[in-house]
Amino acid sequence: MAESTPLLQLEGVSKRFGPVQALDRVDFAVHPGEVVGLVGDNGAGKSTLVKTIAGIHGADQGTIRFEGNEVSISRPQDATELGIATVYQDLALCDNLDVVANLFLGREEISPGPGQVSRQLDEVKMEHETSDLLSNLAVTIPSLRSEVGTLSGGQRQQVAVARSLLGEPKVVLLDEPTAALGVPQTKQVLQLIRRLRERELGVVVISHNLVDVFAVADRVFVLRLGRAAGEFKADETTEEHVVSAITGVGDGRNQEEPGGEEGK
Amino acid sequence: MSERREALRRIVQGDLSSVRVVLGLVVIAIIFQVQEDRFLSAENLSNLMLQITTIGLISVGVVYVLLLGEIDLSVGAVSGLSAAVMAVLSVNHGWNAYLAIAAAVAVGMAIGCLQGTLFSRFVIPSFVVTLAGLLTWEGALLQVLGKTGSLNITDPKITGLANTFYSDTVGWIFAAVIIAAYAAVLAVGYRRRVAAGIGDASPVALIVRLVFLAAIVIAAVAILNAARGVPLAVMILLGFVVGMEYVAKRTTFGRHVFAVGGNAEAARRAGIHVNRVRIAVFTISGTMAAIGGIMAASRLFAVNQNSGGNELLLLAIAGPVIAGTSLFGGRGSVWTALLGALVIGSISNGMDLLSLSSSVKLMVTGGVLLLAVLVDAIARQQRSASGRV
Repeated sequence: MAESTPLLQLEGVSKRFGPVQALDRVDFAVHPGEVVGLVGDNGAGKSTLVKTIAGIHGADQGTIRFEGNEVSISRPQDATELGIATVYQDLALCDNLDVVANLFLGREEISPGPGQVSRQLDEVKMEHETSDLLSNLAVTIPSLRSEVGTLSGGQRQQVAVARSLLGEPKVVLLDEPTAALGVPQTKQVLQLIRRLRERELGVVVISHNLVDVFAVADRVFVLRLGRAAGEFKADETTEEHVVSAITGVGDGRNQEEPGGEEGK
Repeated sequence: MSERREALRRIVQGDLSSVRVVLGLVVIAIIFQVQEDRFLSAENLSNLMLQITTIGLISVGVVYVLLLGEIDLSVGAVSGLSAAVMAVLSVNHGWNAYLAIAAAVAVGMAIGCLQGTLFSRFVIPSFVVTLAGLLTWEGALLQVLGKTGSLNITDPKITGLANTFYSDTVGWIFAAVIIAAYAAVLAVGYRRRVAAGIGDASPVALIVRLVFLAAIVIAAVAILNAARGVPLAVMILLGFVVGMEYVAKRTTFGRHVFAVGGNAEAARRAGIHVNRVRIAVFTISGTMAAIGGIMAASRLFAVNQNSGGNELLLLAIAGPVIAGTSLFGGRGSVWTALLGALVIGSISNGMDLLSLSSSVKLMVTGGVLLLAVLVDAIARQQRSASGRV
């Protein structure tokens, strides 16, 4: 698996919230052009792992390497500067701002000319780029100037995924990208993930939905109770193997529906 | 969702607030005009414009705080203290007027920055920080004024701020410049949008807006010229409203203020320095309070122990809320500072003309505020019922 330097590599990362050991000495890696499915039960530490990588809260222990170099990620800006983009399950969109404003939030285009003094927004350029990006991704939204709060869940997800691509990241973390999406929209998002892989990005997909994970992932990484509980090549394993790693129950005794958490 | 329904929704749920305020102003004007026909006289309207400059200037800063979803209870006390600092430096220490004014603005700026830092760094609710500020700065005002408790300002450069009126010709030049500038802004924006291939706004709509603005500007200048001329104070208020509206709606900083007010966590994750934005907003609030206080002192020719006191604080907060800036953050415009001050100023001015007692004035103003907030709350409920938070 280590034919190339991993884009992102975690070694022995731990994180504790009071009495809860959310992550316990986790080793994790993503290579360029690879989609890693990060799976696990509720409370297994998936979101904590993503938030640690994204700089929402720093790790207590362990090292993080980016393109082979040891880095420290203590703030979201650190992750962004390295080239790590994150799409959160709760989307982190501002409902009171329109699609263009949300897409460019934190990296607004500045008008050329005298407007630079006041860091004047280049709305025309941003709207133009938004429209280009969304049409490339085959995302249809009635009006780029509608407030994000008025959009459907699927549209909001697509805005959030599109936003992560604006900074030209090297690693994209997607937290439950297909949760609460309809079948056609799920297909679009999965297609989008494959396109990210073609661009040689490292993609981490957190999902409860093993069907979706197996549809796109090259490798499946299982967390259980904060610890690494197994790592599988997607084309060499079955959903049953992964489920037993998730639940910690031996082979053949699995009675759980793999997609059972989807509607949550 | 069709384009037309989207447009209708915007009118019903978004832009309605400003239409609502303008209708409210018309109703207020009719009521007072029926009771007392001096209300709509040029003299009284000119006087009304001067009366609202202090509240309007303070409200400009309050709008920014409200956009964050926070509150600043210290603006009245800060305006009084800043004005007192200016008066003491000018009268007792013989400072140059402009230096004294700059010192007063610096006091407001420093207080706002301090309160913003306490609020954001130590995560103390802004309500409590600025309540402590309200008491502290009121005490400081008494301290600065000393035993006499009152200072008369004599420097004509300071008193001129609120007591300068331009000739008819200059007034019309102002009108022409404002209309031409607005036309230029609309034209440049339209051409850029067309060039980029996103020219969705039709030129007809832009022309309607231009004609609408021109009508208001020409009417206002005509009325003010019929009285004492266009006052410098009104131009200062207008300048701050336009400038700060530009900052709020057209700059990166303003966009970040809206983002923090809408969803602070989302803003933080987008890499916005949320605390810096908060400190900057409270600094703006303190600064505008100081500028409002300077204007009040200039109008009164004095600073006394009541400067910045009474109901000034509450009216400065009530104004923008009445005119449609949300108390919950993320929604509003700096224009509501001007519109809200006009509503409150009209009610107060009209009741003065009718010689009503201040007990009635306060109760009526309170009722209007409650009514405005009720209408806003109902609009919010409708928004959330239609899936729009």
